[in-house]
Amino acid sequence: MRLELGKIFIKDVQFSNQTKVENGILYVNKEELIKEVSGDERLKSIDVELARPGEEVRIIPVKDVIEPRVKVEGKGGIFPGFISKVDTVGSGRTHVLKGAAVVTTGKIVGFQEGIIDMSGEGAKYTPFSKTNNVVLICEPVDNLPQHEHEEAVRMVGFKAATYLGKAGMNVEPDEVKVYETLPLLEQVKMYPELPKVVYVYMLQSQGLLHDTYVYGVDAKKIIPTFIYPTEVFDGAIVSGNCVSACDKNPTYVHMNHPIIEDLYERHGKDFNFLGCVITNENVYLADKERSSNYTAKLVEFLGADAAIISEEGFGNPDADLVMNCNKIEEKGIKTVLVTDEYAGRDGASQSLADSTPKGNAVVTAGNANEVVVLPPMKKVIGHAEAANVIAGGFSGSLREDGSIEAEIQVITGATSEVGFGYLTAKGF
Amino acid sequence: MIKVVHYINQFFGQVGGEEKAHIEPFVKEGFVGPGMALNAAFKGQAQIVATIICGDSYYAENEEKAKATILEMVKEYQPDLFIAGPAFNAGRYGNACGSVCKLIKENLNIPVVTGMYIENPGVDLYRKDVYIVPTKDNAAGMREAVPKMASLALKLINNQEIGSPEEEGYIERGIRKNYFATERGSKRAVDMLVKKIKGEEFKTEFKMPDFDRVAPNSPVIDITKAKIALVTSGGIVPKGNPDKIESSSASKFGKYDIEGVFDLTKETFETAHGGYDPVYANADADRVLPVDVLRELEKEGKIGSLHRYYYSTVGNGTAVASAKKYGEKIARELIADGVQAVILTST
Repeated sequence: MRLELGKIFIKDVQFSNQTKVENGILYVNKEELIKEVSGDERLKSIDVELARPGEEVRIIPVKDVIEPRVKVEGKGGIFPGFISKVDTVGSGRTHVLKGAAVVTTGKIVGFQEGIIDMSGEGAKYTPFSKTNNVVLICEPVDNLPQHEHEEAVRMVGFKAATYLGKAGMNVEPDEVKVYETLPLLEQVKMYPELPKVVYVYMLQSQGLLHDTYVYGVDAKKIIPTFIYPTEVFDGAIVSGNCVSACDKNPTYVHMNHPIIEDLYERHGKDFNFLGCVITNENVYLADKERSSNYTAKLVEFLGADAAIISEEGFGNPDADLVMNCNKIEEKGIKTVLVTDEYAGRDGASQSLADSTPKGNAVVTAGNANEVVVLPPMKKVIGHAEAANVIAGGFSGSLREDGSIEAEIQVITGATSEVGFGYLTAKGF
Repeated sequence: MIKVVHYINQFFGQVGGEEKAHIEPFVKEGFVGPGMALNAAFKGQAQIVATIICGDSYYAENEEKAKATILEMVKEYQPDLFIAGPAFNAGRYGNACGSVCKLIKENLNIPVVTGMYIENPGVDLYRKDVYIVPTKDNAAGMREAVPKMASLALKLINNQEIGSPEEEGYIERGIRKNYFATERGSKRAVDMLVKKIKGEEFKTEFKMPDFDRVAPNSPVIDITKAKIALVTSGGIVPKGNPDKIESSSASKFGKYDIEGVFDLTKETFETAHGGYDPVYANADADRVLPVDVLRELEKEGKIGSLHRYYYSTVGNGTAVASAKKYGEKIARELIADGVQAVILTST
């Protein structure tokens, strides 16, 4: 499976009477965008605002971040199972508005939503302070059940990203990157002398607003399976999560999966990257056992010598991470784990809820409990008072002057467990 | 001049050995024993103004009282810095050094430093609270330990930034601090994977703790035939505590004969444990070590027999390494005695 990713670099975003990309500027026709994403009677109102890097703007509470992409050649379309039909994606050519992002906000759905600051201390922790953001503010009708609220806003985000992505259809990309993974036996033959690597891609699936979707299927209901890395670049995996903002994978991060990108970077040089095994993080023990057994079996079946395993979320899924690690290592396959830590505000507590001596190679994205003060912003898009209730915040987090004192847990993408960010921690 | 108060035990305070371990804390002006080398290591930047000497047993058995007295003694001198030990591998001394340092840091808010051998039980108990410099397991390591303690102490007093444990030479306190790395996490993961595949040295960013899980044994097939033993970390001992098991950070376990004992009474048994209110255990030690119930089951034929000896230690503040050692020894004896099952009670 071969995919060309054509990146169109976006330096700025502006409202205009026509949606288009010109000279690296994304122009957005606000009315047309709103019309495009409207129609769900569960939403009372939808508005659009822009937030650019360096501006004194705060977006809160953030539900999801999505990258505008469009399929130019090849089967299927972006977000199969949601926006497009369920054709297999990941081959042909896809254009990306690199540097632009859709951010969804509005009345809080669950407790675990995030903050994006476009400048100041908070901007250092979120990758989305560096993107030109088209912010969709969605307000639900009264008494809308939370799971329906989440679904309605999720769809608005995908629709908006699809609509904006189309503006890049006929634009010549600034950079084209080619990614290719062959069918297993051919891929193995291609670099017979190199060690074989598989990526074990754990998807948050604890349920009750903790959901991830694969081609439209709720990941709770999958048996661990194989996916070509390039399928992910076309939006085959999307977020439906209201999990702690710091370490859930927003749809944007799935689409720009950093571990997949960095594995491709050394593919054919240091190892032979065979592809990804996706698995879930269900809450029942039998599910955990079944999924980790299946994952280990599949990784072995693919002939892997080594694997990277990444977690999504914390606490309960620490057990899935440890089971995956133990069972894969027991088969003689070397592992590196990627996680984050909840070591308490003072950093002195036990970081993970589970542990294994076999997990001797761990990359950490930092302690999510560390406290940060976010300065007041000139403009707040969304609802500032959410700071008092979102995970990592506390009653009184939002101070009178508009500043926020909270754990970095509140910041979208702060401790990305697929290593999208630079934050880490060490022991003192 | 930076004023330093130094804490040492009866041995290093040149009072005497184990026979003097019961002495109450007292003060001597200036330095004593290892204080001389420590004072020299400060190279004129700091000076030991007083030394507090306390018996290890006294501290262990009268911790609250000792702490109150020592705090008053230290306050008298208004020091800028407090140093304890080094304690090497002496368990009670290590605990006292850690405990006193924590006390001074919390009450006087001045820098504190101590030194211990990595396996000293005081390390596990106090590494989070205070800086502990790693030392050899005996006093032969004094010459090496003292300059390290002095240099870390000076850094602390001068408000210099304290780097990682490797850079500064202290035992990792287990405090996790965030920082921004030069490469993103995914790249670090791929780099680590390549090193692990090639068998090259790599450094994990998070050391997973080893919980030392024990797989449960298979069930006893016929409990009515089984010989069952009682083992407790609840400190139940014959009245008078014949082996002098310490109330905290036990240095031993006891093995006691209960042949013919059908009930533990307040006249015959008590607890040595210092970590809980002993009133109910002392009134009826069966509450912690259920000899009475097992005797009934034995009579009714529901169990084979109760083993002639029970084993007891104090779990309070006892390092995992010590507990493991006692457990292994007890298990070996039980197996040799043909015991098939053990009831473990804690508090």
